[in-house]
Amino acid sequence: MNLDELYQEVILDHYKRPRGAGLRDPYEGESHQVNPTCGDEITLRVHVDGDKVADISYENVGCSISKASASVMYELINGVSVEEALAKTAEFTALMNSKGQGKADEESLEDAIAFEGVSKYPMRVKCALLGWMAFKDALVRAEAATPAGGND
Amino acid sequence: MEAVSKLDVEAVRADFPILRRMIGDKPLAYLDSAATSQRPVQVTEAMRRFTEHSNANISRSVHTLGAEATEAYEGARAKVADFIGARSADEVVFTKNSTEAINLVAYAFQNASVKPGADPRFVLRPGDEVVVTEMEHHANLIPWQQLCERTGAKLRWIGITDVGRLDLEQVDEVINEHTKVVSFVHVANLLGTVNPTSQIVARAREVGALVGLDSSQAVPHIPVDVTELGVDFIAFTGHKMLGPTGIGALWAKAELLDAMPPFQTGGSMIETVSMERTTFAKAPAKFEAGTPPIAEAVGLAAAVDYLDKLGMENVRAHEKELAGYMLRRLETVDGLTVIGPRVPIGRGATVSFDLADVHPHDVGQVLDADGIAVRVGHHCAKPTCVRFGVTATTRASGYVYTTTDEIDRLVAALEKVRKVFA
Repeated sequence: MNLDELYQEVILDHYKRPRGAGLRDPYEGESHQVNPTCGDEITLRVHVDGDKVADISYENVGCSISKASASVMYELINGVSVEEALAKTAEFTALMNSKGQGKADEESLEDAIAFEGVSKYPMRVKCALLGWMAFKDALVRAEAATPAGGND
Repeated sequence: MEAVSKLDVEAVRADFPILRRMIGDKPLAYLDSAATSQRPVQVTEAMRRFTEHSNANISRSVHTLGAEATEAYEGARAKVADFIGARSADEVVFTKNSTEAINLVAYAFQNASVKPGADPRFVLRPGDEVVVTEMEHHANLIPWQQLCERTGAKLRWIGITDVGRLDLEQVDEVINEHTKVVSFVHVANLLGTVNPTSQIVARAREVGALVGLDSSQAVPHIPVDVTELGVDFIAFTGHKMLGPTGIGALWAKAELLDAMPPFQTGGSMIETVSMERTTFAKAPAKFEAGTPPIAEAVGLAAAVDYLDKLGMENVRAHEKELAGYMLRRLETVDGLTVIGPRVPIGRGATVSFDLADVHPHDVGQVLDADGIAVRVGHHCAKPTCVRFGVTATTRASGYVYTTTDEIDRLVAALEKVRKVFA
C-alpha cells in the first residue's frame, strides 16, 4: 500500500490546522454523528441565511481522515448557496463511494480531491464522510426549524 | 525458578500457512490474535476430512455417516470438557460464541423471573443486584444491563485502578446480600489484565450469589481448570483459541444447567412434544436448539488437541516472556503510553496503548502499510476507554506463533507513525 496516496500533504495540513473549527452561534440546525466502529464523533452546526450557508461550525474527535475531511468541507461549502453545498456534498459522497474508480474534479472539489485515494480503503470511507453526513443532517434540521419560504 | 518457554515458535509457525502471507511487499506480522487467532493446518485438515468423509446431521440418523458425525460432535464436547477440567462432558454446551454463551445465562435469569415455580437462584426482582466489572467486553456487559432493565434488578460494577487492575477494595461493598449473580472478565481484552478470581469468588459464595467468568481471553492463553476456579459458569469461544469461528462454549455446573430454563427452543432440545406443550431434554441438549455447528466442533476439538500438545503451561510461559518483551520495547517509543498493567505480572501478551494522541485508525493504517496487523478502536470495551480518558486505543496482541522479531517490526513502524503525524 502506498501511504502517501492516503496521507497526502493537504490532508495532513488540514488535520493539523483545521479550518473553521469550534461551535458558533447563531445556528438553526445541529447534528451529532458517531462512527460506532471507531468512536469518532462530530457535532456540527449550520447557520442558513436566506439561501446561503452562512456558517458551518463544528467540534470533532477522530482520525486524520475524518478531521481533515470536515476542515476541507468547511472551506468548500461555507458561504456558498444551499443548492451548491448540496451538489458538492453529493459529488464528494459519490467520489468516496467509487471504490477507487472515481476521478475527482479539481475545479469543483478543490482541496477535497486529495481524498480521491481514500475511496480505495473501504474501512476509511466512513471516516471521510462523517462530517458531510453531519452537514446534510444539520441542514435538514435547519430547514425544518425555519418556516417554509421564511426568507426575509 | 521462573518457567522458561518451551515452545518452538518456528516449528509452530510452520503449521500456520497464513503467516507466510505477504501484505503488499511486506511479510505479514499478525498481532491481532486477541480479536481472532489464526488456525493451524491441523484444524483446517480435520474440518476438511470431516466434511469430505463423515458429514451428516447428528443425533437422529441411524446411517453410518450420522453415527460418525454424532460421535465426532460428542467427542469434541468431551475433549473441550477435559481441556477445562469439567467433571462431565454434559456440562459443556456448544454455542455460537462467547456472546451467545453469556446471553444463554442471562436469559436463564430472565426466563426464570417470569416463570412460576422457577429455581429462586435465577429469579430477579427489583432490589436484587447483578455485578460485573468496569473492564468488561460488551459481551459480558450488555446482556446483564438488558436483564436488569427488564427485571428491575440493579447493575453494579467493580471499578478499575489507574494501573489497570480491578479495585478489589470495592469487592465487599459491591458484592453484598442483594447480589444474585456476579459475572466478570477473566482476562481483559483491552487492558490485558489477568484478574485474580479467588477473592471475588469467595465473596460471591459468602453472600450466596452465583458467580461466572467471561474466559474468552483466558482459555486460549492460560491453563483453565473450572474445578480449581470454583465458579458456576464460564464462557469462551473457539476462534480465539486456534479454532474456527461459529463455535463457542458455555460450561456450567450440571446441577445449574438442570435448574436453568432453556434460552432458544425448537428442534433437538425436546423430550416430548404435543400441540399444547413440550418437555425438554436434559442438558446440554436442552440448550442446543437446532442443528449445531458440527464441522466447527470438529475444528475446535483439533484446536484443543493442538494446544494440549503444546501444553498450556508452555503457552503461558511463552506469552509471559512475550508480554515482558512487548512492554519493554514499546516503552522505548517516544510519546507511547501503555493503557493497562505496565509490568508483565498478572497480564497477558495483549497490550493497548496511546501514541502521542495520534488517532488509532491512523496508527493502524501506517502499520498495515508495513504488513503489521493490530486492532484499533474501542475493542468493544467502551467503558474501559472512558475510564482511561481515550476514545480508542491501538492494541497489539500475541499468541503461540508470535516472535520478538515481529514486536521489533512493530516498534520500528511506530516510529514511522510519529514521523508522519508529528
